[in-house]
Amino acid sequence: MTELTTTRSNPMVDPILHVWGWEIPVYLFLGGLVAGMMLISGYFLFSGRWRNARSACYVLPGMSLVLLSAGMLALFLDLEHKAFVWRLYTTFEPGSPMSWGAWILVLVYPALAANLLMRVPAPLRRRAPALGELSDRLVERPAAPRWIGATNMILGGLLGVYTGVLLSALGARPLWNSALLGPLFLVSGLSAAAAFVHLTARDAAERELLAKADNGFLIAELVFLALFLIGLLTASGAHARAADLLLTGPFGALFWVGVVGLGIVVPLVVQLLAVEHKVAHTPVAPLLVISGGLVLRFVIVQAGQVSHWLRLAGL
Amino acid sequence: MARFGMVIDTARCVGCMDCVIACKTENQVPEGFHRDWITTEVSGRFPTLSMEIRTERCNHCDEPPCVTCCPTGASHVEEFGRIVLVNHEQCIGCKACLASCPYDARFVHPDGYADKCTFCIHRVEAGQDPACVAVCPTRCMHFGDLDDPQSEVSRLLQSRRHHALLPEAGTRPRIFYLS
Repeated sequence: MTELTTTRSNPMVDPILHVWGWEIPVYLFLGGLVAGMMLISGYFLFSGRWRNARSACYVLPGMSLVLLSAGMLALFLDLEHKAFVWRLYTTFEPGSPMSWGAWILVLVYPALAANLLMRVPAPLRRRAPALGELSDRLVERPAAPRWIGATNMILGGLLGVYTGVLLSALGARPLWNSALLGPLFLVSGLSAAAAFVHLTARDAAERELLAKADNGFLIAELVFLALFLIGLLTASGAHARAADLLLTGPFGALFWVGVVGLGIVVPLVVQLLAVEHKVAHTPVAPLLVISGGLVLRFVIVQAGQVSHWLRLAGL
Repeated sequence: MARFGMVIDTARCVGCMDCVIACKTENQVPEGFHRDWITTEVSGRFPTLSMEIRTERCNHCDEPPCVTCCPTGASHVEEFGRIVLVNHEQCIGCKACLASCPYDARFVHPDGYADKCTFCIHRVEAGQDPACVAVCPTRCMHFGDLDDPQSEVSRLLQSRRHHALLPEAGTRPRIFYLS
C-alpha cells in the first residue's frame, strides 16, 4: 500500500483537478453539433438537394452560426486571462490542438457564411440587395454549391475531430489518452445534428433520411465508445482505473443512464421502430440524442480531470 | 548551453517546509497558492513501512507537455538553462497546461495567467541558487547543469541511486530524488 500526503492546496488543482467547469463541455458539445450540421448541410449542397426549397440545408448554416457563437462565448467565459484572448491569433502552434482549433474556427465562419448565401433570407435580401444578387450569381454557377458543400464538409470534419483531439492530446489525464476521442466526438456531433434535422425538418423525406442516418451514427457511436473503453482497459493500470471511473466508479450512473441508455440505446430503438413504420416519429427520440451528446461531453471532461497517473484512494 | 536540473536527497529532507516559505517570499506567491510543496509517501505494510519525504515543484521536463499544448506560445522553454517558463503577457488562461501536467505543478495566478516554479531564474542568472535550494537547512537540495559531467548534480546522479517522478508519463522530468 502507498499513501501520499501533500501540503499543496492550489485552487482548481487540489485535491482533484477541476480546471474546467460547464463551459468547456458546452463548447465541445456545440462545436461537435455545428460540425455535424456542416457535414449534413455540406452534403445536401454537394449532392444537389439544395434545389429542394424546403431542404434543411437552408436552416442549418444560420443555426450553426448562432450555436457556434454561443459555444465560443462559453469558451471565452472559461478563459482566466480574457483581455489577452487575441494572443491566439498572433501565432500558430502546430503542436497545440487548441491553436489548430482557433484557426479552424476562423475558416469555419466564412464557410458557413458562404453556405448561408445559397439562399439569403427575404428580410435580409430587402435590406441588403447586394447580398441577394451575390446569392443569385452563386446559384447560377453549377460548381459553386458543390465547392461550398465540399468546403463545409471538410471543415465540419476537422472541427468535429478537433473537439476530441483537444482532450486526447493532454497526456496527463489517462481517460483522455485515446485517439478514438476524435472520431467519437465527431460521430456524436453528427448524431446530434441528424437528430436536430430529424426534429426540425420541414420535408418528410428529409426527416426520414436523417432518422435513418442518425440510427447509423448512433450505432457507430456505440462501437466507438466500446472501442474507447476496451482500449483503456487493455492499457496501463492508470488507464484501466480511468475506464473504471465510467464503468463502475463515481461517473458510472451518469455514463450508463445518461449517455448509453437515454442518450443512445433508447432513442436508437425508438427510431429503428419509427423508420420501420412500427411507431410514429416522436420528438422525444431526437431530443434524447441531443441531450445524450451534451451529457457525453460533461462525463468525459469531468471524469477525465479526475483520472490521474497517481494512485488515488477511492477513485 | 546549460540544462538545469535539481537533485534532492530524500535521506536528508525532513519536510521542514523552509523551501516552501522561501519560494513564497522570494517570488511573492499569493496566499493560498504554492509553487513548491512537501509530499510524504509512506509505502509497505506494517511493520515494514518506509517513508520518503520529498520537496516537489515543476519538473522542468525535457519533453514538457505544457509547452506543446499551449495555443499562444506563452509556455515556452527558455534558452537559458532550458528552464520552462510562462510569459504572462501571452497567456490567455485557457488552463490546457494545467490539465497537461502530470505533476499538477501549475496553478492559475489570481491575475489570470498560469503560474509555476521558475527555478528562480532571476537568481540563477545572477549566479545564485534558487531560493528553495539556498535556504535548505539540511542541504538536501542541489541545483546545477545536468549536461556538465563535473557539476555537483551530475556527480550525485552518477554515484547515488535515484529516481524521478512518474517517468511513465514520458515527459523526461529534470528533478531527481536520491534514495
